[in-house]
Amino acid sequence: MNFITDTPVSLIVLCSGLGLIIIGLWGMLTQRNIIRIIIGFSLMDTGIHMVMVSIGYVTGGTAPIINDAVPMAEAANLIVDPVPSALVLTAIVIGLGVTAVMLSFAVRIYKSQKTLMIDKCTESKW
Amino acid sequence: MIKRLFIFMMLALMAMIFFNIASNYNENTSLSKLGRYYAENGPQELGAPNLVTAVVVTYRGLDTLGEVTVLFISAAGVGLLLRRTRRNQKDDAGLERGDREEETAGVHKPASEIVETATELLLPMVILFGIYVFINGHLSPGGGFQGGAIIASGTMFLLLALPESHISRLMIAITESLSGFSYVVVGVLGVILADGFLDNRIMGLGNYGDLFSAGAIPLIYTFVGLKVGFELSAVLDRFRKEDTGPV
Repeated sequence: MNFITDTPVSLIVLCSGLGLIIIGLWGMLTQRNIIRIIIGFSLMDTGIHMVMVSIGYVTGGTAPIINDAVPMAEAANLIVDPVPSALVLTAIVIGLGVTAVMLSFAVRIYKSQKTLMIDKCTESKW
Repeated sequence: MIKRLFIFMMLALMAMIFFNIASNYNENTSLSKLGRYYAENGPQELGAPNLVTAVVVTYRGLDTLGEVTVLFISAAGVGLLLRRTRRNQKDDAGLERGDREEETAGVHKPASEIVETATELLLPMVILFGIYVFINGHLSPGGGFQGGAIIASGTMFLLLALPESHISRLMIAITESLSGFSYVVVGVLGVILADGFLDNRIMGLGNYGDLFSAGAIPLIYTFVGLKVGFELSAVLDRFRKEDTGPV
């Protein structure tokens, strides 16, 4: 129990994020179905977001929003770093855009090849 | 087999790198210099209680403009990839009648009455909530991108419950272009009236903590929210199987 309570929360988030990156990379490298490759990409994307958020965490910090609980004068000592949060916001939106384009490519490939397995799309391999 | 081994080796090496990162990790005990500057000066300078919004919309506003551009390009790319070409239409015309009925049967199967009624009841509220989230972006968690995503989820809801509903492409295109254009105009006004591109102090900062405060931030987030909401709705609409609407 000591191990669980003593581990900083950001380390847990960091490790899960790194694990998700590896799982996503494994999926992208080994899977043959395009939809599964895209799922692998999304997992890796989510893992990267978690790593970025965990790096911005400050021990005991709260959300970077000034209100009654976080007075303006002491804000610098009470909040987590707002910069990684802002970067993750950007990264999520761009990941969404990339996923949408990949899925529409998958639709196109399915329409022309009638399959989603990349092994069978041999026409223009080289 | 050798390929599998290679992949496994590479993943093991990456896991080693990650293990090193994780084992040498120490939680921060204080803010970075940049974060400290934003925390100490952000609220007075920009009048926005939500510091993430202050960073996203003003301090790093140019990045956000780039982000909106990337989203626009990807929406345009989806539109280009999934458009119905003339050749495809001719192919469809050549299909046997039975084939076509079979193809569309899954799409036009109506949703159950519960889902339809719930959609009619909830859709205005979902959209209202999206608007609330992006208008309050400078005061509370949320902002243009989140509000836009909520509006797009409302569209998703509509497409699931009433698959035959028509979404006007023209209305989407006009709203999207106008809000993107206004976003850039607000940014250029910042150069003329205040200290730089996308500076929010072109309008008075107002009372700290009010709905209409923090200068141009609510305005910018409204444009971003509308643009993102309509763009994502257009992407969802493109992914419908039966893409028959006018371009």
